[in-house]
Amino acid sequence: MSSELQEQDYTDEIDHEGELWNAGHRACAGCGPANAMKYITEAAGENTIIAQPTGCMEVVSTPYPESAWGVSYIHNIFENAASVASGIEAAYQAFDRRDPDHLDVADEDDLNIIAVGGDGATADIGFRALSGMMERGHDVTYIMYDNEAYMNTGVQRSSQTPYGAETTTSPHGEASVGNDTNKKDMASIAAAHGVDYVATASISNPHDFKQKIETALERDGPKFLHVYAPCPVGWGYDSSKTVELARLAVETGLFPVFEMEGGEITNIRKVSDRKPIEEFVKYQKRFSHLVGEDGDEEGLAELQAWIDGRAEDLGIDA
Amino acid sequence: MATADSTPGEDTQVMKGTSAVAKGVAAIDPDVISAYPITPQTGVVEKLSEIVADGDIDSEFIKVDSEFNAASTCIGASAAGARAFSATSSQGLKLMSEPLFTAAGHRLPIVMAVANRSLSGPLSIWADHTDCFAERDGGMMQFHAEDVQEAIDHVLLSFKVAEQVNLPALSNFDGFILTHVQEPANIPTEAEVSEFLPPRDPAYTLDPSDPATMGAYARPEHWTEARYEVQAALEDARDVWTDAVEEFDDVFGRDYTEYDGMIDTYRADDAETVIVALGSICGTIRGVIDEMRADGELVGLVRPRVHRPFPAEQLRDALSGAHQVAVLTKENSQGFESALASEIKSALYHAEHQPPMKTYILGMAGRDVTSEDIKAIVADAETATDVMDFSESESWPQLREDIISGGI
Ligand SMILES: Cc1ncc(C[n+]2csc(CCOP(=O)(O)OP(=O)(O)O)c2C)c(N)n1
Ligand code: SF4
Repeated sequence: MSSELQEQDYTDEIDHEGELWNAGHRACAGCGPANAMKYITEAAGENTIIAQPTGCMEVVSTPYPESAWGVSYIHNIFENAASVASGIEAAYQAFDRRDPDHLDVADEDDLNIIAVGGDGATADIGFRALSGMMERGHDVTYIMYDNEAYMNTGVQRSSQTPYGAETTTSPHGEASVGNDTNKKDMASIAAAHGVDYVATASISNPHDFKQKIETALERDGPKFLHVYAPCPVGWGYDSSKTVELARLAVETGLFPVFEMEGGEITNIRKVSDRKPIEEFVKYQKRFSHLVGEDGDEEGLAELQAWIDGRAEDLGIDA
Repeated sequence: MATADSTPGEDTQVMKGTSAVAKGVAAIDPDVISAYPITPQTGVVEKLSEIVADGDIDSEFIKVDSEFNAASTCIGASAAGARAFSATSSQGLKLMSEPLFTAAGHRLPIVMAVANRSLSGPLSIWADHTDCFAERDGGMMQFHAEDVQEAIDHVLLSFKVAEQVNLPALSNFDGFILTHVQEPANIPTEAEVSEFLPPRDPAYTLDPSDPATMGAYARPEHWTEARYEVQAALEDARDVWTDAVEEFDDVFGRDYTEYDGMIDTYRADDAETVIVALGSICGTIRGVIDEMRADGELVGLVRPRVHRPFPAEQLRDALSGAHQVAVLTKENSQGFESALASEIKSALYHAEHQPPMKTYILGMAGRDVTSEDIKAIVADAETATDVMDFSESESWPQLREDIISGGI
C-alpha cells in the first residue's frame, strides 16, 4: 500500500538540531514506538534521566558506540527498569539532603526521572518491579509503550496482545484462534496501587500524549502512562499506516484513551460512531485469519464482544 | 583470629555478627541502602532499618519487594553517583544474579554483604559457600571474612577498592557461624571512616547536565573489549587492595597486610601439611594446628582473604614449601570437583613446586566441622601423591553412607 504522504519529499524540512531522540537510530520505517520516544523527549526536555529495559527501543537506540539519546539514559536488563528508576530517584533524594549542589541543572525539582518500557518489559516480566516502584511511591513517571507483543525477540505474545492476534507463540491453527486472552488492564492496575495520575494515549495524537506527559511530570510521586504504538513489522501492515492504525485502535474502542486521577476516570475520549473492530484488523497480517470469506467469524466476534463490554464499562460511546 | 585484637577493650563491644556489620555500614553512611530479608542475613537489613528509623543516619532506605529489585535499585542509585549498599544470602543472591552480572559490566561499585548459605534444593538455611561461588564469574570482587571484625572491615575495604576500580564487591561472611555469633568487635567511628573512605567521586553518572548513555548494547566488535576491561580492572584491584589494607592499618590499627592482603596464613612457613580453606572454618583449623604442632606435626593454614581477584601468585608463594596440601571447602562444582580446589590447582600449574593435593568437601549446609574431622583430614592428606585418580584426590569425608543407601 502506498500513501500520498509517503511520496512527498520532506527531507529539506526536517531539522533534527536540538532533538533529544536523534535521527540515526535503527528503528524500522514507520515504527510507532520510535514516535513515542520522540514525543517523550520533546515533552520532558533535557533535565531528564531515562531508564529503559531491554527491547526494541533500547536495541535500536544504543548500538555502542552510538546513541540516539540526547538525555541521560540507562539500560540495564529486561525486567528492572522501574527498579533502576527507583534507585536513581532514591539517589537524588539522598543528594538533595546531603549535597544540594550535586546537580548543575538549574533546579533539582525540574529533574524528570522517566522509565520507558515495552509492554512485555512492563506488563509481564517487569511487572513486579513496576508494582514495587508504584507502591513505594517513587517520584518516577513510568511510560509503557504498547506494540502488543515482544518485537525485539521476533513477535511473541505478551499480556497486551489482543484476542485473536497471531504471534509466533500464539499461532492460529486448527485448535487455536491465535492469542486467546484479552489485553491486561494496566491502567486500572496502576490506579489500584494508589498511583494518583494514570493516563492512556495513542501516538496518533501527539498533542494529547505530550500534554499527558507534561501533566505527569508536574506531579510528585509515581505516574503511569500507557501509550499505544503500532509496529508494522510485528503486525504485518504497510509502514505508512502506523498513525492511521494507532487512530483506528482508538476509534474502534480497542484502545480507550482516558485519564485517571485518584483512581477515578476524570477525562475520557468519547468515540462517536465507534467503528467495528474489523476496520482495524483488516489491514494486518496478524489478524488475517479472522477476516475474509474463510475468516474465523467467531474469533472476531469474541474480540468485538470484549471491546463492546469494555466500552460500556468505561462509557466511551458518545 | 589472625591479626585483629580480639580482647574486648574500650572501643570494642560484644555484639551479634549481623548487628556489627550493620553498624559498620551505618558508620559508612551510604547514600542508598536497598536490601530484602533472608535468613541468615536478615539481621543486617533489620538493624539498618532500625538505625535509619532512629534517624541515626539519613541514607535513603528503599523497602524493596525482592532481592532482584534490591540489586536493581542499587544499580540505578550507583549509576546516578550514589554510594549504594545491599546485603543478602543464598537464594537472594541467586535472585540478584542477573542484575549483578551487569553491575560489573556497567562498572558500578555496589557493595554487598553476603551471609553465605547453601542453595536449594533441598531447602536449607545453613552456611556453606555454594551461593557466592555461583556468582564467581560475573566480575564482582569477592572477599571472605573469618570473624565478625573482618566482616565489618571487609565491607569498608570493599567500598574503598570498589570505588577505585569501578566494580561491585561481595563481602562474604558465613551464615549463622558469623551472622549469629556474639563476638567482640570494633565499630569504626565516623571520623575514622571519613579519613579512610572519602566521598565517592565517580567519573561519570546520570547527571542530566552532562548526558551520557549507560548500558548500551554492544555488538561482537565491542563486547569482548568491555569484558576484557572488567578483567583488567580486577587485575588492577590487586594493587588497589594492597594499598587499601595498608591504609586501613594506618587508620584503624588492624593489620591485614600479609601477602599483599590477599591471603592470611597461620604457622604455614615451615609447614609440611598446609590446609587451605575459606572463612570461619579457619578458627577451628587454627586450634587443631596448635594441638598438632604441640605433638610435633608441622601443620599450617593458608586462608585466601580475597577470592576474586584470585590470589594465584600469593598461593604459589605460600605453598612453595608444602609437602602436601589439603583443601577444605564448603562448595562443589557439581559434575566436577570443588571449584576452589580447581582454582588452586590451576594457579600452581605453572609454578615450580606443585605439591600433591587432596580436596575435602565438608561443612555443607551447616554440617558441623569438628576438630576431629580436621585431624583425620590432615592424617589423610599425608597419603597424597603426585599421581592420583579422582576418587583418591577428592572426598566428602562427612558423607553419611547410611542415608544414601536407602536409610534415613
Ligand atoms: C530475562 C530475560 N528474558 C528474556 C529476554 C529476551 N528479551 C529481550 S527483549 C524481549 C521482548 C521485549 O518486548 P517488549 O518489552 O514488549 O518490547 P519491544 O521489543 O516489543 O519493544 C525479550 C523476550 C531477556 N533479555 N531477558
Ligand atoms: S520491530 Fe516494530 S517496534 Fe521494533 S523497531 Fe521495528 S517497527 Fe519498531
